[in-house]
Amino acid sequence: MPATRPLHLAAEIGGPPRYDADSHVALARLAEQGTLDYVTLDDSLARPGPDALAVLARVAPATTRIGLVPTVTTTHTEPFHVSSAVATLDWVSKGRAGWQADVSTTEAEARLFGRRPAAPAAALWQEAGEVADVAARLWDSWEDDAEIRDVATGRFVDRDKLHYVDFEGSTFSVRGPAVVPRPPQGRPVTVIDGTSGAARESAARHADVVHMRATSPEQAGALAGDLRRRATAHGRAPGTLRVLVALTVDLGDAETAPEPGWESGPQLAGRGTYFRGGPVDLAELITRWHRAGAVDGFHLTPIAPERDLERIVNGTVALLQHRSLFRTFYPGGTLREHLRLARPAGRFAAASTSEPHS
Amino acid sequence: MKQMHLAAHFPGVNSTTVWADPRSRSQIDFSSFEHLARTAERGRFDFFFLAEGLRLREHNGRIHDLDVVGRPESLTVLSALAAVTDRLGLAATVNATFNEPYELARRLATLDHLSAGRAAWNVVTSSDAFTGENFRRGGYLDRADRYSRAAEFVATARELWDSWTPEGTSRPFAHSGPQFDIAGEFTVPRSPQGHPVVIQAGDSGEGREFAASTADVIFTRHGTLEAGRAFYADVKGRLAKYGRQPDDLKIMPGVTVVLGDTDAEAQHNAAEIRTQQVSPQNAILALEQVWGRDLSSYDPDGPLPAVDPDPGSSLVQGRVRVADPLAVAAKWRALSESKDLSIRRTVIESTARQSFIGSPETVAAELTRFVAADAADGFILVPHLTPGGLDGFVDQVVPLLQERGAFRSEYVGSTLRSHLGLAEPVWKG
Ligand SMILES: Cc1cc2nc3c(=O)[nH]c(=O)nc-3n(C[C@H](O)[C@H](O)[C@H](O)COP(=O)(O)O)c2cc1C
Repeated sequence: MPATRPLHLAAEIGGPPRYDADSHVALARLAEQGTLDYVTLDDSLARPGPDALAVLARVAPATTRIGLVPTVTTTHTEPFHVSSAVATLDWVSKGRAGWQADVSTTEAEARLFGRRPAAPAAALWQEAGEVADVAARLWDSWEDDAEIRDVATGRFVDRDKLHYVDFEGSTFSVRGPAVVPRPPQGRPVTVIDGTSGAARESAARHADVVHMRATSPEQAGALAGDLRRRATAHGRAPGTLRVLVALTVDLGDAETAPEPGWESGPQLAGRGTYFRGGPVDLAELITRWHRAGAVDGFHLTPIAPERDLERIVNGTVALLQHRSLFRTFYPGGTLREHLRLARPAGRFAAASTSEPHS
Repeated sequence: MKQMHLAAHFPGVNSTTVWADPRSRSQIDFSSFEHLARTAERGRFDFFFLAEGLRLREHNGRIHDLDVVGRPESLTVLSALAAVTDRLGLAATVNATFNEPYELARRLATLDHLSAGRAAWNVVTSSDAFTGENFRRGGYLDRADRYSRAAEFVATARELWDSWTPEGTSRPFAHSGPQFDIAGEFTVPRSPQGHPVVIQAGDSGEGREFAASTADVIFTRHGTLEAGRAFYADVKGRLAKYGRQPDDLKIMPGVTVVLGDTDAEAQHNAAEIRTQQVSPQNAILALEQVWGRDLSSYDPDGPLPAVDPDPGSSLVQGRVRVADPLAVAAKWRALSESKDLSIRRTVIESTARQSFIGSPETVAAELTRFVAADAADGFILVPHLTPGGLDGFVDQVVPLLQERGAFRSEYVGSTLRSHLGLAEPVWKG
């Protein structure tokens, strides 16, 4: 991989639970000042915190460019509702939505719904993959130009451009079409944390962006290579997959730490490898890993969002920009454009245009 | 003077939204929602209302293509609208059959936090095997069970909302009933309104009882003075047995308003809108909905079919069926014969009329009269145009209502409960 490939940066804005809008808006705006690709907001049905998708919908009109990626669980939710909500986040943000698909493995989470018992992670990730699959089909179920407003024939839509998905999964079925028209990005960006073995196959098959935990550029490169091979085996072009290393960062109070980092003994915390050091140390690490060509970028989870995100943006990112490793403005408007991922054509569109129209 | 409540319905998937008008803009873009919500807030409205449908309508086995099709998901749109409004209540229609209490209570509580106390939930129960085909549940609930599920759903949601103390301590909950058997800890503290406002829409005896026992607002279709007064008396009369006061439930019919500089001009405008709403194709469709037969070969400018309706038809999916098609057909025939009307003219004359037509003065007087006569506590305005459909009302009628002292000039409180004059729910920990 050439070392010149563009660097992608994303940050988590969760942390201790907050329920008001202002604190989330402030963090997302800060990340936007740093021209990060996207912010994530982690969510779980089992520990205190608001619904992440709703929070990022609230953030959408208060920001203009930054991508918005809430965690959405697939285990106890309805796939049809999940696909509608994510598509709507894309509409209200004008093409900046993604979602991080996740599963709920615990008995405690199962009891919150009382519909089905807890299941092993492997089965739930298989199901999560199906949810990602049906969501994408539902997003495609309206062709982009389905709304015609043809006054002469009195038709608002061309129903030949609306498609039933007739999806039969192992635990659910969906008839379709979506009730939400195809979102601005065609398909909002699907993110999966591929660190756990159970998630990796679904990530390789369905995700646009995969977050991976790694403690060295070599390990990251090997994992990314494995993911790309699996993606290829599923018929995907490897260039349609972005692999970001997940790092939990504690930038402390100093510009540089006396003993920076993960190398002096990486600790696992949150969703990534634990890194401690100053903003400059983090920039060094990112530069080194990125030059090694192993990965497309980094997903940073600040240990103390208010403090560390400010240091990431004004310290680390500023330095990376100074080194011309990271952009200084958003050349595009949508999250797919930030990630240099093409807007997918709807899968049903080709089929219907090849059929003769009456 | 009795104060009026006003709400705005986003025009969408129904047969009255006129998409062919040159002023009609996107039904989906956020800017359309933003314009209408800001207009409603400028008019000091109580809340902004979004309807829901979980499957695209079908007609004669195919997706219905004449009316507006498609809409974004309500709670997500309202969360975004919370960013561009300050006081306006934000009401989402969400089905109680195809959702689960834990998840929905959490989403509603989140919206209440994000909007600083402006969230409302319109509990609907519509469910059929047709809609169920999009869900894990499938179409599994008998009509009779839907309201028992809805009632237990609302009660369970309130248990979850009460599972945090007002001081902010989370306590475990456990609910075990015929519909739900759940336990654990809720992830969201008590929200600014205590409980989001609960709205009910549905007209059957069960629906009215459900509203009387548990809702804060009822959304009805009874738009005339007589029907409104009867409905109002009936529903308010049901409150006492639940230990509730008449003011605890606000009755708000969905109504349409057509304005003109004069009453005559407004009548002219209304006729024009009716013509837009009932296109030639829509006239045949309306006929098919009554007849339950494929009538596509009929001329909308010609006479009504001689053949009788098929009462066992399944032509229409995803919308409420005509209760007695033979009776409706007989009425339409009688009208058509007596006035020598074509299919289209018959449909225009017999289907939903605009509720309030006149100059701003006339409309303001009429609205005030309805409220004073206890035909309603207020109105949910259903404009026919997106997104400018409320501009005229807010600019011309609202100031007159304010002059009359019938409607607020400024918001007094900041929560939807305060606009509606509803008390904060007592915490039942
Ligand atoms: C004014 C009004 C608005 C309604 N809006 C919706 C809606 O947006 N979505 C929906 O699924 N059902 C809607 N309904 C349907 C009701 O929830 C209910 O299922 C239906 O009226 C049948 O119940 P009933 O027999 O008690 O009237 C609405 C009903 C009324 C009266």
